[in-house]
Amino acid sequence: MNKLIVSPSPHAHTAESVPKLMYGVMISLLPAFAVSVWFFGIGMLIVTTVSVVSCVLFEYLIQKHILKVQPTHLDGSAVLTGLLLAFCLPANIPFWMVMIGALAAIGIGKMTFGGLGNNIFNPALVGRVFLFISFPVAMTSYPVPGQWMKYTDAVTGATPLGIMKEGLGDQTAGQLMQEVPGYMNLFIGNMGGSAGEIAAVALLIGLLYMLYKKIITWHIPVTILGTVAAFTGILWLVNPEQNADPLFHLLTGGLMLGAIYMATDYVTSPMTKKAMVIYGVLIGVLTVIIRVFGAYPEGVQFAILIMNAFVPLLNKYFKPRRFGKEVQHG
Amino acid sequence: MGLLTFSRGGVHPPENKISAGKKIEFAGFPEQVVIPVSQHLGAPSKVLVNRGDQVKTGQLIARSEGFISTNIHSSVTGKVLKVDKFPDASGYKKMAVQVQVEEDSWEEGIDTSDDLMTSIEGTAEEIRNKILAAGIVGLGGATFPSHVKLMTPKGKKAEYLLINGVECEPYLTADHALMMEKSEQLVVGIRILMKGLGVEKAIIGIENNKPDAIEVMTSATADEPGIQVQGLKVKYPQGGEKQLVQALLKREVPSGGLPIDVGVVVFNVGTAYASYLAVQKNRPLIERVVTVTGKSVSNPSNFLTRIGTPASFLIEKAGGLPDDTAKVINGGPMMGKAVAKIDIPIVKGSSGILLLRENEALRNPVLPCIRCTKCVGVCPMGLEPYLLMTQAEKGMWEALENNKVMDCIECGSCSYTCPSSRPLLDYIRLGKAEVGKIMRSRKAV
Repeated sequence: MNKLIVSPSPHAHTAESVPKLMYGVMISLLPAFAVSVWFFGIGMLIVTTVSVVSCVLFEYLIQKHILKVQPTHLDGSAVLTGLLLAFCLPANIPFWMVMIGALAAIGIGKMTFGGLGNNIFNPALVGRVFLFISFPVAMTSYPVPGQWMKYTDAVTGATPLGIMKEGLGDQTAGQLMQEVPGYMNLFIGNMGGSAGEIAAVALLIGLLYMLYKKIITWHIPVTILGTVAAFTGILWLVNPEQNADPLFHLLTGGLMLGAIYMATDYVTSPMTKKAMVIYGVLIGVLTVIIRVFGAYPEGVQFAILIMNAFVPLLNKYFKPRRFGKEVQHG
Repeated sequence: MGLLTFSRGGVHPPENKISAGKKIEFAGFPEQVVIPVSQHLGAPSKVLVNRGDQVKTGQLIARSEGFISTNIHSSVTGKVLKVDKFPDASGYKKMAVQVQVEEDSWEEGIDTSDDLMTSIEGTAEEIRNKILAAGIVGLGGATFPSHVKLMTPKGKKAEYLLINGVECEPYLTADHALMMEKSEQLVVGIRILMKGLGVEKAIIGIENNKPDAIEVMTSATADEPGIQVQGLKVKYPQGGEKQLVQALLKREVPSGGLPIDVGVVVFNVGTAYASYLAVQKNRPLIERVVTVTGKSVSNPSNFLTRIGTPASFLIEKAGGLPDDTAKVINGGPMMGKAVAKIDIPIVKGSSGILLLRENEALRNPVLPCIRCTKCVGVCPMGLEPYLLMTQAEKGMWEALENNKVMDCIECGSCSYTCPSSRPLLDYIRLGKAEVGKIMRSRKAV
């Protein structure tokens, strides 16, 4: 008779796996990718390819030769980091800068903490902020959309948030709104900005896909966007001269990408629904503070990284309600 | 009322109710039976027979020892071969009575006819005594002595009797078959339990993947004003008693407590049927329905089996052990125990024998926790399995106790769901064992 396997229960497992989840997120990014290639052409393709290949390569090299562990570069997480990093860079950034960003993202943002599952900060954002601080000019020169065959030689122009930030001293918000692309263009992505952050509609389609596939829940994206809308709404009502309206804020900059893809990264986001809501609200608040009162036109990247640091604390204090904690009678 | 369900957590494993609709078939008599003296929670029973004794079917062969204990009866007629330690489903050797099987001859005073007896005689106390005498234990798998559960502790009041016809484990269909074929006896059994417990209201909970059972039980209880049938949505672990109480009555059993703390007592349908036989027919618990199933099994069946029959005997009757069998499980795929040998005896708590193929049996390689929160989302008890596993790995027993590890019902939803295939439940069980030890030593001080 054959030997029998004896192991503890349960003796069944769902079809879910880490690669399946990672690839699910990548599929949800396809609309945004398509829109970005449409508006930024070959630059987007090059930046994305370099980013993904570098992330995978650096993960492999670090695991094999420095940490000396079994390389897990093909589990989908490095590819996803590469994609998300590419999505928050300008499409005209030189390829060697992309590689440095990938090294920072994977090497500093992920591997130093112990690899998959152990990092505190979102690796793609670590890479992005590293590049932002190291190459401020390159990281704030965005190509104008529509230049399909241009890469580093693309003509650059200001982003809507940049226009708003620069202009608010001299002009009113209302006047500046004439200078930025109209709402429809903002919605579909016909504006200057990072490769993947421009198309609100494409990103929202991605969000719906991930919700449908139960990859993420609505708590984080909805609270971030809701808080930003509410906070900027209040500011706009109080002083419409000096503040852009909430819809403008929702559609511009890296907010959509951040709310839907960066803040929802499994490893660096909270573990309970209550904690997720607080996390989302505070990211929204910090983003608006930096945008409106801070030195930078965009605040989402810093807001998320700051809140990443608070996640262990949020997890500690916001536990799920235990069954039977309060005796309830129906 | 529409379908109800419990409000937190739960998973949807594939149902695989291959043996559904199979009529209950008497398994027949093996050559020998091995009857363990502990088939229940609580103190093992005291053996009354010796090697060489002749025993009759239904004869008392081991007596209840202590408050939480019950009687054991011979399930066959024959000669006692040995009173010794034999391996059981746990893999350990436990004291048991081995009997060489001869032609069935029942003990005196037992009614072996099939006539339906609907009139219930006796006081509540007499009913409880008959249930103890018959060795009735919870047949849902927990095997808690039923007469103890019918005695409401001081200071508590029983309001509802809940009958568990859920059978949420995939593959198992024994309770389904019982409801389909013995609904009238079941209803009498439920009335007996109601009388023994002293309640006026009973609800039978049945999952919606058994619409025929819901229909049959509804018509069987049509003339019983105190007994109601409630359909439930299919979700595992709906059959867990805490989840059942919450789904049917919206009451949550407090942490560390029992259903009686919220005025409820839960019994499995099999226990209700056994209670009917015990009180109306003086029949002790000597047989039960066991589902033998699996994707490669040629004749998946619901066998009426005498206690002590080797599982291998049932597997032969179901068409033999398939060549691709890699795991044999005593119970269902979510909470059953994998066994090392197939000749282990069927005991009172054995609801099924499941034969799994290799691709179903092997575990996936373990990846790091990616903090996806799925385990937290599926836990029906509101726990955080990812955290409990890490704390158990690191021996943080105090933190485990504070994070309510003892509330875990070991349903396996967490391990089932984890995309990284982490052995969450293994470590939680380790944590429960250590914390349990610490808690007991604290009480002893």
